[in-house]
Amino acid sequence: MNAAPLVLDSLAVARGDRVLFERLDLRIAPGEVLHLQGRNGAGKTSLLEVLAGLRTPEAGRFSGPEPEQLHWIGHKNALHPALSAVENLEAWCGLHGADPAGISAALDRLQLKAARQRPVRTLSTGQKRRSALARLLLQRRPWWLLDEPLAGLDVEGAALLAGLLAEHCAAGGGAVVTSHQALPEEHLPVRHWSLR
Amino acid sequence: MSLVRALGAVVGRELRLAARAPAEAAQPLLFYALVVALFPLGVAPNEPSLPVYAPALVWIAALLATLMTLERVFRNDYEDGSLEQLALAPLPLPLSVLAKLAAHWLLGGLPLVLVAPLLAAGLGLDAAAGRALTLALLLGTPTLVLLGGFAAALTVGLPRAGVLLPILVLPMLSPVLIFGAGAARAAAQGLDPTAPLYFLAALLALSLTLVPFAAAAALRNALES
Repeated sequence: MNAAPLVLDSLAVARGDRVLFERLDLRIAPGEVLHLQGRNGAGKTSLLEVLAGLRTPEAGRFSGPEPEQLHWIGHKNALHPALSAVENLEAWCGLHGADPAGISAALDRLQLKAARQRPVRTLSTGQKRRSALARLLLQRRPWWLLDEPLAGLDVEGAALLAGLLAEHCAAGGGAVVTSHQALPEEHLPVRHWSLR
Repeated sequence: MSLVRALGAVVGRELRLAARAPAEAAQPLLFYALVVALFPLGVAPNEPSLPVYAPALVWIAALLATLMTLERVFRNDYEDGSLEQLALAPLPLPLSVLAKLAAHWLLGGLPLVLVAPLLAAGLGLDAAAGRALTLALLLGTPTLVLLGGFAAALTVGLPRAGVLLPILVLPMLSPVLIFGAGAARAAAQGLDPTAPLYFLAALLALSLTLVPFAAAAALRNALES
């Protein structure tokens, strides 16, 4: 994977008419995981949305990946409660041009076994999170933008995600992760960065 | 090719969801049929003016039935985060919007058109008027869905849009009602219903070309709120 770095040049991001931060310079190179930290309301999610292209910055320049170059897993799982994990992922594959044959393997990797055929509404928070994270494996994309990916995951699930991130970085991909929990750092090229 | 597949995925997901909750999907049709079936019971037996009011009655029932479920067309996706995935997909957002509204019309609009000849006959409209009414509904209900979908996209981020949506959308829908009922009325009087039908077709063409872009912009705006 040859990913271009994310470059933020004196970026300002606002939510409504409230400016969250200004003059932010940051360069994120592929091959590393940027752990975005900051207090509640500091603008971590908003910054991530700018990186994903979902939000337009108030000022400044940002050069980043095209939508088909990035995976966005927001704090909402984007799973319809009436459909099963498999059905949700099938719809996602159709929409994004991914091969649905990979769904089974992706859910295996995230250790979601019997639960994959049940309606998502009956799953636990952690199982829902795992179903959402399975998208990362359905299509290879150089940039992963994950908003609180550890929310609801157990210790085993967090280790699983760390393993996925490590593989992704080793293959030349990059990731930006917001999390209030510490990321499991073994074998993981994490750079901590705090949003004031 | 992937464009067709993506459009199919959006429509297929909506149809699958409707199959999961058939009672909810049948709600508009049931409401529509009930209103039209109950109305004659409220007027005098053998009331000769019933066919005069029949087109207006069928149209108002169709209009309200279409609006019934429209509020939810983007709301679930907005709340569960699917809208973000839709906005980032390679499929242009206006096309996704169009696909979702097309699925919505297939489920909530087309059935209304299909039972219209039956209801028209039941209300005592003659064959020509029944045909004009059905044709008018075929041209008019997609416009109702499109304009209602635009209002639903505008109000998707608001907590209590249920009240705002009809107020926003009813003024836009009144031309459809006027020409739709007008077509059936003209045919019932032995006149040519072509002119109002052309007006309905023009309104459909206009909303078909403008609404997807406007609704997509409204949805993007809601994601940035």
